[in-house]
Amino acid sequence: MSDIRELYQELIVEHSRKPRNFGRMEGADQEATGFNPLCGDKITIYLKMEDEVVRGIRWDGAGCALNTASASLLSERAKDKTCAEMEALFEIFHKMVTGGVLNEAETAQLGKLAVFSGVKDFPVRVKCATLAWHTLRAALNGVRETVLD
Amino acid sequence: MVAMRTGHPSAVAEQPPAVFDVGRIRKDFPLLEQQIYGKPLVYLDNAATSQKPRIVLEALRRFYETECANVHRGIHKLSEDATIEYEAARVKAQEFLGAAESREIIFVRGTTEAINLVAQSFGRKQVQAGDEILITAMEHHSNIVPWQMVCEERGARLRVAPISDEGELLLEELEKLLNPRTRLLAITHMSNVLGTVNPIAEIIRMAHSRQIPVLVDGAQSAPHLPIRVQELDCDFYAFSGHKLYGPTGIGVLYGKARWLEQMPPYQGGGDMISAVTFEKTEYNTLPYKFEAGTPHIAGGIGLGAALDYVAQVGLERAAAYEHELLDYATGKIAQIPGVRIIGTSPTKSCVLSFVMQNAHPHDVGTILDREGIAVRAGHHCAMPLMDRFGIPATIRASFAFYNTKEEVDALVSGIEKVREVFA
Repeated sequence: MSDIRELYQELIVEHSRKPRNFGRMEGADQEATGFNPLCGDKITIYLKMEDEVVRGIRWDGAGCALNTASASLLSERAKDKTCAEMEALFEIFHKMVTGGVLNEAETAQLGKLAVFSGVKDFPVRVKCATLAWHTLRAALNGVRETVLD
Repeated sequence: MVAMRTGHPSAVAEQPPAVFDVGRIRKDFPLLEQQIYGKPLVYLDNAATSQKPRIVLEALRRFYETECANVHRGIHKLSEDATIEYEAARVKAQEFLGAAESREIIFVRGTTEAINLVAQSFGRKQVQAGDEILITAMEHHSNIVPWQMVCEERGARLRVAPISDEGELLLEELEKLLNPRTRLLAITHMSNVLGTVNPIAEIIRMAHSRQIPVLVDGAQSAPHLPIRVQELDCDFYAFSGHKLYGPTGIGVLYGKARWLEQMPPYQGGGDMISAVTFEKTEYNTLPYKFEAGTPHIAGGIGLGAALDYVAQVGLERAAAYEHELLDYATGKIAQIPGVRIIGTSPTKSCVLSFVMQNAHPHDVGTILDREGIAVRAGHHCAMPLMDRFGIPATIRASFAFYNTKEEVDALVSGIEKVREVFA
């Protein structure tokens, strides 16, 4: 059994309390809304793009601590990254929270995002940690809405 | 409510009211003995489903091991026995509800199916374009969506009676909404989120004075409040077996015979007919007209055992104990800084919903779970009610007569742990 602190690491609690890049963005180039019907969590991600590169990102919505911290840390990470880079990072993140084994290079790429590693012991909370990522993927692909199933 | 006393008040040798022996009750529920993550299970999700006493589990086992056969059709001994037991369960449900006749008891899968049955059958027959169905702001989705479907199909309008910030129906507003176009009032007896017990007898009188029939959603009230449908004079009353210590997949729709008789069947199939040709089918009599196909025979028998169990425990005594438990929990939880109780009506039963200042209900639910405490966190299938209170979700602790004050204390410690994590 894993301790509850493994899940709610300090960085997660801190970001859930003071989410970064939080709020609407006027004149976004791309935006998407993600919805988790199971719990009602809903977030919208707004992007400023330059070619295939994320130059600006903001988000808003309401959800649990994992959802909020995940969106906040994701928004920090996405700046100046290409679509392909974020897609690759989502693969690694998803593998981590669903209990997959990461190699050294993958772990290194995660950096701060490794604070979500505790999620793997809480399968019912995986979607909380990945809603922002699914929503970012939708926004990058020009899809306006994504509903987790 | 106080425990019922027996005997003449002046009798000198009168015994004090027997203490509700929760320790003995708990021994009837095998599941409650287990540990979750190495901690004693504290099961406070009874409004979602209750645990099952041994007598119910044994009834299910006995049926499948020694009596299993189809009902109402076999000429052999097993089928005869199964039919007798299944029909005996119907009579137990009749007695439980105080219904006039056992043919007014329709076995269904649960409250949801019961309401859908009335919506589809009564709705199709009675609701025309321009008519109205009245519900309230504290309904579960299962007493909203079936009516939306009927209204959409028939071109009727769904009206919603509002509630106060305390979570009580605004009776004057409800009364104003009852009008000559209202075909039915469909209302919960007890809110699954707020715990509010509605003054259902008064509301039924109000509707009946305008010749409006009333369906009562009894999913939450049947396990906690003694129900007498004839005294209430409700036209329909629905409840689920699984919230009443019985199996899942079985429930009851009570309907006044005069309504049920004029309603068309809900589903077609075997058992609901008396004669079939390709030209025309004669429908069976009540209650079978509404019970197409092989029913949940084991479930019905299991529900009968659950009703026996509840009668043996005594719903009045149990309700008094549960009330004490709710008061104790409310007092403790209201004192925790940053906690806001949702649903503060003085007439409540067994449900305690709350939100916490710095912690989302799902995070609270996860932390409590790791302490072995099972609560529900979410919108409780009442999204319009969440909107009414401007919250996305609540944490809901819901009690049954097998819960204890020690379990409430464990819940309070769990909430303290949440506060530590999100301090």
